[in-house]
Amino acid sequence: MISMIRDATTIARRNVIRISRVPEVMVFVVIQPLMFVLLFAYVFGGSIDIPGGSYREFLIAGIFAQTVVFGATFTASGLAEDVQKGLINRFRSLPMSRSAVVAGRTASDVVYNLLSIIIMSLAGFAVGWRIRGSILDAVVAYSLLLFFSYSFSWVMACLGLLVPAPEVVNNATFIVLFPLTFIANTFVPSDSLPGILKPIAEWNPVSTLTHAVRVRFGNLPAETPEPTSWPLQNAMLYSLGWAILLIVIFAPIATRLYQRTGKR
Amino acid sequence: MDNSSGNNYTGEFAVEASGLTKHYGDVVALDGLDLSVPTGTVLGLLGPNGAGKTTAVSILTTLIAPDGGTARVAGVDVIKEPQRVRSLIGLSGQYAAVDEHLTATENLEMIGCLYGMRRPAARKKASELIERFRLGDSAHRPLKTFSGGMRRRIDLAGALLADPPVLFLDEPTTGLDPRSRGELWDVIRERVEAGTTVVLTTQYLEEADQLAHDIVVIDHGRAIARGTSQELKRRIGGEHLDIHLALLTDISRVEAIVRPFAIGAVRIDDQEVLVSIPVSKGIEALGSVMAELTAQNIEIVDIGLRRPTLDDVFMELTGHKTQEEQS
Repeated sequence: MISMIRDATTIARRNVIRISRVPEVMVFVVIQPLMFVLLFAYVFGGSIDIPGGSYREFLIAGIFAQTVVFGATFTASGLAEDVQKGLINRFRSLPMSRSAVVAGRTASDVVYNLLSIIIMSLAGFAVGWRIRGSILDAVVAYSLLLFFSYSFSWVMACLGLLVPAPEVVNNATFIVLFPLTFIANTFVPSDSLPGILKPIAEWNPVSTLTHAVRVRFGNLPAETPEPTSWPLQNAMLYSLGWAILLIVIFAPIATRLYQRTGKR
Repeated sequence: MDNSSGNNYTGEFAVEASGLTKHYGDVVALDGLDLSVPTGTVLGLLGPNGAGKTTAVSILTTLIAPDGGTARVAGVDVIKEPQRVRSLIGLSGQYAAVDEHLTATENLEMIGCLYGMRRPAARKKASELIERFRLGDSAHRPLKTFSGGMRRRIDLAGALLADPPVLFLDEPTTGLDPRSRGELWDVIRERVEAGTTVVLTTQYLEEADQLAHDIVVIDHGRAIARGTSQELKRRIGGEHLDIHLALLTDISRVEAIVRPFAIGAVRIDDQEVLVSIPVSKGIEALGSVMAELTAQNIEIVDIGLRRPTLDDVFMELTGHKTQEEQS
């Protein structure tokens, strides 16, 4: 166990060093979240009406949730690249812990996401978003975002070890992540969604994550009606439950996949 | 470089494998391969692409499990105790498995830590190797600014970092220019002098000739010949007669002329417009062939006798060339 943590730390350190060295990482971690905040705030900001509140205020939690979910794809592309470059083969020939490479990767991706969230918070602040709850609530909200993203990274780790090339990752994840983050209350209140989309949105863990974060930041207008669906009523618990479930299921699968991966 | 290495394996054979088999679907990658490498020597695994060289190395380095057979590296069973084997080997692959965004120092330090070294010790060892490989000026630049040869040296340095008693080098110089290749060979020779056992795969006959004490020629996942480079050459017998032609269209006529003199397979290389045969009485054959060529008015660029190369060995043993996939 100790050697596992040691090795995972070594791997995570290596991944963090790469943040400043790889231009694609900077684009993904810094520019993309920044763009999302600014685009949504200014393009949709005036056209979507939130009763008794401001859309920008409402929006930020949704963008945070969307960004950390998309941020998890970084785990997939990072691992897929390591497989392609032959680094996984080298790691597998070393007397290191069998789970350290994936554990180190998912851990370092928390750092990526933390960076993204800091950038987004600053951008949000610039366009008028404020944390209206207590500091403690804000810390809980940020922690939930990071933990949810961490759990999602384990799902993405499996994908990264399965795809034939890193380029496939974006296409493969897009099909799942786009509906997952849009059929939700991320950008519009779920009450406004038509027919079958409304219950889907309500049970979508990205919705509950967004809702929990929104509540903790104090970004819901006072006259917002209490949610009627169970997941949204227990948004914090429901989101945490999902996160834990994802880790319990996908961490062992990812470790097993790692042991069988490699060129030829 | 210091020789205070962990080369403390003293058994007779550093690598022993018997009856290794591996299938990928219907494709047979290994078909009962036996190997034994005396401690402190270099074994050259020679064969064309797809012969099973990399599969053999992957099994011996615990990357994949064989379908059948057994293997021990430095006395340890690769199937039963893979993690122990990993601490006794160094692997340098065909594709330089280094992180191109990290510097040379960072890459080696990371590998050292993953071998279980403490960070300061790993860093010290890394800088020693970087100095040894004359990369000191570039130690703090990301590897993506390095040439192919420099990257390959870092990759090899990674394999040497923990002073493992057994090294596996999978086509260590494929794609390198002759100078870089020579530099890498020097490093490998130095390790062997220090007592390291090396298993080397290569498609380059010259490389096996230069480095390996023993050579195992494999084709279709099976050993088809083994011995020293000298022994293998001897199996081909005497000399070779090479005829370089001016016109490709003359090749079949020339083949008919030389066939009676050949004591083995006639080798024809369309690209080099070359016909080559093993002969027993060299001068006699040369004279007769020359006379016949002149009589038939066939224009030649060059004709000559030479001692056999491992290329000839391979042609003789398998009936096909070593690098036909590439050429």
